[in-house]
Amino acid sequence: MRMLTWKYASPQYFYPLAGKMIPWFAALAVLFGVSGLWLGFFVAPTDAQQGEGYRIIFIHVGASWMSMFIYLVMAFWASIGLSFNTRLSSMMASALAPTGAMFAFLSLWTGALWGKPMWGTWWVWDARLTSELILLFLYLGFIALQAAIDEPRRADKAGAILALVGVVNVPIIYFSVKWWNTLHQGASVSLTQAPSMAKTMLLGMLMMALCFWMYSIAVALARVRAIMLERERNSEWVTQLKEVQS
Amino acid sequence: MNAFSVLSAVVQRDLLVALRRKSEVLTTLFFFVIVVSLFPLGIGPEMDLLRKIAPGVLWVAALLATMLSLNRLFAADHADGTLEQMALAPVPLGLLVTGKVVAHWLVSGLPLVLIAPLLGLQFDLAPRALTVLMISLLLGTPLLSLIGAIGAALTLGVRGGGVLVSLLTLPLYIPALIFGAGAVEADISGLGAAGHLSLLAALLALAAFFAPWATTAALRIALE
Amino acid sequence: MLTATHLACVRGDRRLFAGLGFTLEAGAWIYLTGENGSGKTSLLRILVGLSPPEAGEILWQGTPITSLGDDYRKAVTYLGHHNALKEELTASENLCMGAALAGIVLEKSEATKMLAEVGLAGREELPVRFLSQGQKRRVALARLLWSKSPLWVLDEPFVALDAAAVLWLAETLAEHLAAGGMAILTSHQEVAIAGSTMQTLRLAA
Repeated sequence: MRMLTWKYASPQYFYPLAGKMIPWFAALAVLFGVSGLWLGFFVAPTDAQQGEGYRIIFIHVGASWMSMFIYLVMAFWASIGLSFNTRLSSMMASALAPTGAMFAFLSLWTGALWGKPMWGTWWVWDARLTSELILLFLYLGFIALQAAIDEPRRADKAGAILALVGVVNVPIIYFSVKWWNTLHQGASVSLTQAPSMAKTMLLGMLMMALCFWMYSIAVALARVRAIMLERERNSEWVTQLKEVQS
Repeated sequence: MNAFSVLSAVVQRDLLVALRRKSEVLTTLFFFVIVVSLFPLGIGPEMDLLRKIAPGVLWVAALLATMLSLNRLFAADHADGTLEQMALAPVPLGLLVTGKVVAHWLVSGLPLVLIAPLLGLQFDLAPRALTVLMISLLLGTPLLSLIGAIGAALTLGVRGGGVLVSLLTLPLYIPALIFGAGAVEADISGLGAAGHLSLLAALLALAAFFAPWATTAALRIALE
Repeated sequence: MLTATHLACVRGDRRLFAGLGFTLEAGAWIYLTGENGSGKTSLLRILVGLSPPEAGEILWQGTPITSLGDDYRKAVTYLGHHNALKEELTASENLCMGAALAGIVLEKSEATKMLAEVGLAGREELPVRFLSQGQKRRVALARLLWSKSPLWVLDEPFVALDAAAVLWLAETLAEHLAAGGMAILTSHQEVAIAGSTMQTLRLAA
């Protein structure tokens, strides 16, 4: 088992394995996505207070979860790459960042779309939305830092430190924003206040969350394959690849 | 020679260098003053409004002024080879980094604390609020220097490092901004600033413990 | 004794060297040579512990330098391309501050004496930015006079020096080696150090 783990921790073996896994995760993403959207848009009942507009939460909630979770996973891979000097884990971290940023952006956008019919304004300085915005900034900082450093190993390590500093800071930022929000008695977007969530709604959200999971895995794997090719373009195993030779 | 005297040697050296290059120090201070003075011009001179926005304006300006001075923190040492010598010194690099951060605060943080009450007067803050403002900046500016050092170390010698450092550190400054400006607001509204200030102090303690470690790691990477 | 085994270094896409190894005994020195871009500076930075090698190991008195930490840093004096001088500070301030970093207290009078020895008598109180390139290099080299480290790693120490200074440096190195010290240096000109064992290490481009 140990041997096997080590084997697939090397880009040379992980590259074809990832290639085989991508279609499966992509197919699962489509499957969960279609059923989640169907449940959300056609089966779930219209909300008594919020009308049809509330249906955006099927995407909004999953995207928010995903954006936060991906940041943790990214920091995890980055720190593994930093402490054990494993190239693949650092590449995983770089591959996850754009997806995380995308979900943070999606969460903000859908949040704004939800806010317009609910509060009559595109943006409320709600604690969660504000934290999500800061999370987007953290992602952008990570991506920008890695993009600005030419030496890939230095980019990996610098990104890892930034991600770790970010992970320590995210709870502090969230707490402080919440504190700020209660002090100023601002708006609050709360799911728990949403009246009696129907079982189908919950199921729909779960389906969408699973869809986002599968999508993230598929996209991250595809991106990590591209990063591998770029970084190891001079190594023997890359030059022997069929897709490179043709 | 013990660790403390090495630390004080670094502080001494940086202060001496800053003393002979006064213009840079004054630039930060002047930037702070001018940014704060721009707000009444942009918003209008209603005293009620100004009193209300004063804590936020002063704190945001302090954030930006600190940001501006961060590029100086390690760049010169990196360019002239001093940083290499520091990394090769037989004392923990974290200690030397702490020395540099202390010097940075004395040069670009402390002057902001001292001039803030004067600017607060322009916004018609009450004497008590001015005191709270000073205390909040006294606790907050070292925090800004500590966190900023991480960003400065990460962007050392990187393309477009000057702009990048703001992108990296400004989000991390948000808690300091919230508790710092919040302390003054809480005092004005009669809620009492003690809670905010103790949270700010707690953050400072946390950063004093962790930030030099992260900065050291980032510097070693930059030197590789 | 400094031992390096199977060192490799990669910069960007290029492998600068691989499988490099040597042993440096007390009293001996290594003349590191090679064309521009062959990795001389990279090797020196690896040897002093600034950058990790891509592969291989460096042992100081039989122990890997990565596990020695400050003990190894105490044993090494490094002079890189840059002089590590603060332009705003005077020559003597620079010398004292440099010593302070290494944990050595240097009195002003001692610093003045050392600067006189490198030929900067009367210029101790001048900010370094008013000195010429060669004079700056001399201030940087003056640290060899307070250094108690057995291993000197010098990157192009002769650059910008005039004949008198070159002679002084060669003598200083000879004394250091005679006292059981070691040195590794790069240079584009031939170096002769009286009564010492020299090893030449040539890096191919």
